[in-house]
Amino acid sequence: MSAIERLPEIDNGLLRFLTCGSVDDGKSTLIGRLLYDTKAILADTLHAIARTSERRGLEAVDLSLLTDGLQAEREQGITIDVTYRYFTTGRRKYIVADAPGHEQYTRNMVTAASTANLAIILIDARKGVLTQTRRHSYLAYLLGIPHIVVAINKMDLVDYDQATFERIRADYLEFAATLGIGDVSFIPLSALNGDMIVDRGERIDWYQGPTLLGMLEHAPAAHCERDERFRFPVQFVCRPQRSADLQLHDYRGFMGRVESGEIGVGDEVLILPSEKRSRVKAIEIHGRSLPRAIAEQSVTLLLEDEVDISRGDMIVRTGESTLVTRRIEAMLCWLGETPLDPQRKYLIRQTTRETRAAIEAIGYRLDINTLQRLPAERLGMNDIARASFKLAQPLCVDPYADNRSTGAFIVIDETTNNTVGAGMIL
Amino acid sequence: MSALTLQPHASLSHLDWLESESIHILREVAGQCANPVLLFSGGKDSLVLLRLAEKAFRPGRFPFPLLNIDTGHNYSEVIDFRDFRACQLNERLIVRSVEDSIRRGTVVLKSPDEPRNKHQSVTLLEAIEEFGFDCCIGGARRDEEKARAKERIFSFRDEFGQWDPKNQRSELWDLYNARVHKGENIRAFPISNWTELDVWQYIAREQIELPAIYFAHKRAVVRRGGLLQPVTELTPARAGDVVEELSVRFRTVGDITCTAPVESVADTIARIIEETAATTITERGETRLDDQTSEASMEQRKKEGYF
Ligand SMILES: Nc1nc2c(ncn2[C@@H]2O[C@H](COP(=O)(O)OP(=O)(O)O)[C@@H](O)[C@H]2O)c(=O)[nH]1
Repeated sequence: MSAIERLPEIDNGLLRFLTCGSVDDGKSTLIGRLLYDTKAILADTLHAIARTSERRGLEAVDLSLLTDGLQAEREQGITIDVTYRYFTTGRRKYIVADAPGHEQYTRNMVTAASTANLAIILIDARKGVLTQTRRHSYLAYLLGIPHIVVAINKMDLVDYDQATFERIRADYLEFAATLGIGDVSFIPLSALNGDMIVDRGERIDWYQGPTLLGMLEHAPAAHCERDERFRFPVQFVCRPQRSADLQLHDYRGFMGRVESGEIGVGDEVLILPSEKRSRVKAIEIHGRSLPRAIAEQSVTLLLEDEVDISRGDMIVRTGESTLVTRRIEAMLCWLGETPLDPQRKYLIRQTTRETRAAIEAIGYRLDINTLQRLPAERLGMNDIARASFKLAQPLCVDPYADNRSTGAFIVIDETTNNTVGAGMIL
Repeated sequence: MSALTLQPHASLSHLDWLESESIHILREVAGQCANPVLLFSGGKDSLVLLRLAEKAFRPGRFPFPLLNIDTGHNYSEVIDFRDFRACQLNERLIVRSVEDSIRRGTVVLKSPDEPRNKHQSVTLLEAIEEFGFDCCIGGARRDEEKARAKERIFSFRDEFGQWDPKNQRSELWDLYNARVHKGENIRAFPISNWTELDVWQYIAREQIELPAIYFAHKRAVVRRGGLLQPVTELTPARAGDVVEELSVRFRTVGDITCTAPVESVADTIARIIEETAATTITERGETRLDDQTSEASMEQRKKEGYF
């Protein structure tokens, strides 16, 4: 019996998605509509919003207020940080990351995109593909989001005109091809009227595809679309030898989460970076034995041999090694308010490993509006660049394009302990 | 469009995914922090946290003690349950009480019976200093309240326990950054991504025991400002109040003076789930008297170091 058959309730799991658009494209309205139409907008939230709408002199309830956040932002009337929202359809649970669209907030979009498996990119039907659309698409691509839905909104303001929709679609596809974005779907919407969000509405009969919610319900979950290699970064070693239970005296459990791939009892494994070998003796969670563990499952692995393993080590299957390296090339997004200083040393955290690192070279800085490569000495907040690092300790890495877990890292400034950079290994 | 192709590989159900993420977070705390602590109230969210900690660390012991900040305004069922559960798990429970802070003069009450939720911050900070904790694990969820929707999973607090929404670390992928200087600390929220419904579904699946006040029972209450106020020693009926004997249950547990029950006949977890799925009111608005004052009151309290 496989691990999945033992799971008590089978549902369509969980989908994390991200919405992006320029200010006023209707992002907040769209999310509000999804929450509202899936009946997840709860009465007192509505109540508070109705009061705020009244105060602002709006006649109807403004759905976009649902997704607004903190006091300061509400006062300024803009969203300035990533917000997470939740809704469920019974079939599937959704986590929506809402990243604001202003130019200076590349950082937020990168953050929101890092955990998303699908991105909804909003376009105002009256405006078509804009610089911001390109920027959002590039970032979604850079962060490896496998599915992109281009939502052409405000169709009511262009009389639900099919030709407008087709023209925008053609424009987008032309530009997407230059980036190499693969899976793109298009959908015409009116977030305001709720057309094609959860209900089809009556005004877009020329569109035969699924509604937006239909797309979300059927979008593949992360990790299930292709064969992935088994990656298990060790988080914690369990050695309960002082326990009263003598049977536990020799217990050594390697605790972690399967970041990708699968593992079964009896599989031969390789421990990195030491390159020692062993075999999986048991897979456990809270006293229960499992025959297999699949991607995203947190488990404890027990091995046949007594191997010295500690936090930061990586367990893989023999024959499927990662690259073990003291030098990495990456696309780097700078998040810190203090610019990157190439003279300084930083800390890099990748999986459960941490190492000091020095910048070897900045290849180029990317103008994300034009995708032009520019020379750069330093990097400021929101800059994206190609850079290489020398590492004090080896890391076990895969290219980010192959594996979003083992290909990602963050850069930490040791003086402030702040997270100042996000990297995707090439 | 590949979005409609079949799924060749297995993936986790939503509860399994949430559970696994929470275990991962707990293990990151254990791996990154020198002296963490788990805040344990005896309420349902922290009971879920304890089950997750068992999943994360058994057969070992928890790599952190449990800490309860006792407001002195408790339902005794909850306190008894807290002690019972800690003992059952054979884990160390530390209790620090707001009463002691009042005696020390670090908490000054405006009136003797006022709600003590906000004063917990002071006692918590004192406990953090006393034990030198560098990370507090808590059961807060992002869906509880607007100010929490942007909360990080690893949330940074300065020396004064203050949360500055403008000065939070970027949190990407599942690469958490728990590094702090001495005196600063991290609040880690392993069930950030859970909703109230998820919590109840998990309680049902895992058969997690709860204090009795979560289930429908008869209780003397008065109606006040659209909410039910239980009649207790701390919250006696006032002249003119109409005391009713209603079937109620609590959706959160906390300070007696500001935690309201809801009318309900749900006396089993299955019935609670049914009610929760159908409910049209979010948890805090319905049951926390002190949150109603303003939409932004939680944000204000968080800035002051509230959990
Ligand atoms: N006519 C029309 N207006 C819309 C639609 N979607 C959003 N809006 C309006 O556009 C404005 C900006 O929407 P909002 O959701 O706040 O945009 P955001 O800045 O992207 O979050 C608001 O006045 C909305 O009511 C739509 O489909 N049709």
